[in-house]
Amino acid sequence: MSNSKRKLSADEAMRMFRQMVRIRTFENNANQLYLSAKMPGLTHMYSGEEAVAVGICEALLPTDKITSTHRGHGHCVAKGADFKAMFCELLGKEEGYCRGKGGSMHIADQSNGNLGANAIVGGSMGIATGAALTSKLKKTGDVAVCFFGDGATAQGLMYEVMNMAALWNLPVIYACENNGYSEYTKTEEIAAGSITARAEAFGIESYQVDGQDVIAVNELSQKLVDRARKGEGPFFLELMTYRYHGHHVGDINREYYRAKDEEADWKENRDPIIRMRAWLVENGYATEEALDELHKEVTEDAENAVEYALNAPYPDVSEVDMHVYTDVKHVLA
Amino acid sequence: MRKITLSKAVNEALAEEMRHDESVIILGEDVAEAGTPFKVLSGLVEEFGTDRVIDTPISEPGFMGIGVGAAMTGMRPVVDLMFGDFIFLIMDQLCNQAAKTHYMSGGKLNVPLVLRTNMGATRRSAAQHSQSLHAIVAHIPGLKVAMPSSAYEAKGLLKTAIRDDNPVVIFEDKLMYQDSAEVPEEEYSIPFGEACVKREGTDITLIGTSSMVQVCEKAAEMLQAVGISAEVIDPRTIVPLDEKTLVESAKKTGRVIVVDEGHQSFGVTSEIASRINEKAFYHLDAPTTRMGAMDVPIPFSPALEDITVPTPERVFEQAKKLVSGELIDAA
Ligand SMILES: Cc1ncc(C[n+]2csc(CCOP(=O)(O)OP(=O)(O)O)c2C)c(N)n1
Ligand SMILES: [Mg+2]
Repeated sequence: MSNSKRKLSADEAMRMFRQMVRIRTFENNANQLYLSAKMPGLTHMYSGEEAVAVGICEALLPTDKITSTHRGHGHCVAKGADFKAMFCELLGKEEGYCRGKGGSMHIADQSNGNLGANAIVGGSMGIATGAALTSKLKKTGDVAVCFFGDGATAQGLMYEVMNMAALWNLPVIYACENNGYSEYTKTEEIAAGSITARAEAFGIESYQVDGQDVIAVNELSQKLVDRARKGEGPFFLELMTYRYHGHHVGDINREYYRAKDEEADWKENRDPIIRMRAWLVENGYATEEALDELHKEVTEDAENAVEYALNAPYPDVSEVDMHVYTDVKHVLA
Repeated sequence: MRKITLSKAVNEALAEEMRHDESVIILGEDVAEAGTPFKVLSGLVEEFGTDRVIDTPISEPGFMGIGVGAAMTGMRPVVDLMFGDFIFLIMDQLCNQAAKTHYMSGGKLNVPLVLRTNMGATRRSAAQHSQSLHAIVAHIPGLKVAMPSSAYEAKGLLKTAIRDDNPVVIFEDKLMYQDSAEVPEEEYSIPFGEACVKREGTDITLIGTSSMVQVCEKAAEMLQAVGISAEVIDPRTIVPLDEKTLVESAKKTGRVIVVDEGHQSFGVTSEIASRINEKAFYHLDAPTTRMGAMDVPIPFSPALEDITVPTPERVFEQAKKLVSGELIDAA
């Protein structure tokens, strides 16, 4: 665990821990919903990558914007979303964040500045950069963070928007979650050269960070977010991390592309939650008992939300042709 | 005859053509070791190696463009686009480059490329992984468009596509990959522009594409139970379109419903319906009607998604109305 130069307050430290636990717990429940055939479709688990979303989002204000990915539950929780509305969305229920229209891959929480997950790899890079342009033109002071995977660095759009962001000094931070794989392929087989060097070619200040160390991620993010707010952006982060599950919940037999030993090593030796837990106790922020209590609270919270969502109603079928246009209530009426 | 899945049929077509012609290669994301997320290509890299079954980064415009260039210079690439929805990412390479090269070069350059992709909703994959976008491709002159309705068509049409010297786009229904049908052991191909009459009838013609052929066949069964004889036709390729077979059937039955999974407006159903109106108008007893996917993005919620696509029940109801002469609401 990095030794923070700035001393974290107990509040800040505990909040980061809680948020990481909330993400892990959310995902365990989502996975269970899939395995018990209660969730429609497939979903991509964020477990293992919690320190990335939390370290960054804890450096943001609720008004700051993020764009998320197909692996987006972690970003959504970290930016302040509520379990009930999230589980309702995953189950296609009316009280979901998107009234059931989006589902896991399109979850968005506009009230907390989450402009949405995206089922098109790299599809949100323009959106995040556009949000940064709004901030600059309207002088809102907002910072935009674009989350994307290592696989998404293969999308040409990324290079177009980074060029413009650099030319125009936009307050955007590109956060590349390098979890070593895109689907069933290792990153080194799909990315030539260095990822950070690509951003540097545009004159964008870039950093590679241990994405399993929430304090290191947060400390760097705090600095860069402050600087971006002052007009010193854009910035680029490559966060070295790992996904614990398969590419999606259905990707269970995966030894042909990823060794069990490798998975075990990340889970046992680099887990962001285990690491922070030890750090909290060592530094006197919390006792083991208090952390157990926190786990219990979060678990109950999630179980209640799942129960609630399972019993919540589906949207009325009349909603199917609503929200196609802003100014037409029912487009097929 | 033996039965195999649509997935296996595609796999066999590729393997056969790759054995015949060394210039046939496959390009796409996770096509090699993983054999695609749908496992359609499993085993091909083992036989043909990574020089011919090529894994690409997630760079759709890039590998599509590379496919076009390779096709212009002597290869016969089969480009694998994991979801039909990603066609929007490659539109320039497909529609401005591949489609127009032969014409713009005055017939001197060819682009013998196949783009294999998919379509189809009700898989709970939400708005960006559920679209059926073949009409958009069919709109662009220079591209051929095939829509297999079973394993048999999937194999025969793909073999023809690979041997075609033009760019061909094949849309497979992703919900049908595990569906089995009778497929001969021996090699065969299915010519483009030849519709298949799946079932003969006299009262009404149901024209369906891709998985909608099954929907029409089920509706025809239901109609038979109430004494209505429905003819079911699968055009198999929408470009080129076997207008003659469709128009003849319309003249015979006097009533037509066109069923397709693309959005209803400005789509394949509209095109086929207007050709029938132009060529068979004086033989018709009822307006030719269209049944497509609802004109909304595909919603995630099962409660909403299932009502966005045509079903046998809805085709049955519509057919009954047409046959009984009940006025059809224009909307
Ligand atoms: C444009 C596009 N191409 C392909 C896909 C299919 N796909 C979904 S996720 C994924 C891998 C993404 O890898 P990465 O960006 O590293 O994110 P990770 O899943 O590792 O978090 C692919 C190829 C897609 N959704 N969009
Ligand atoms: Mg990745």
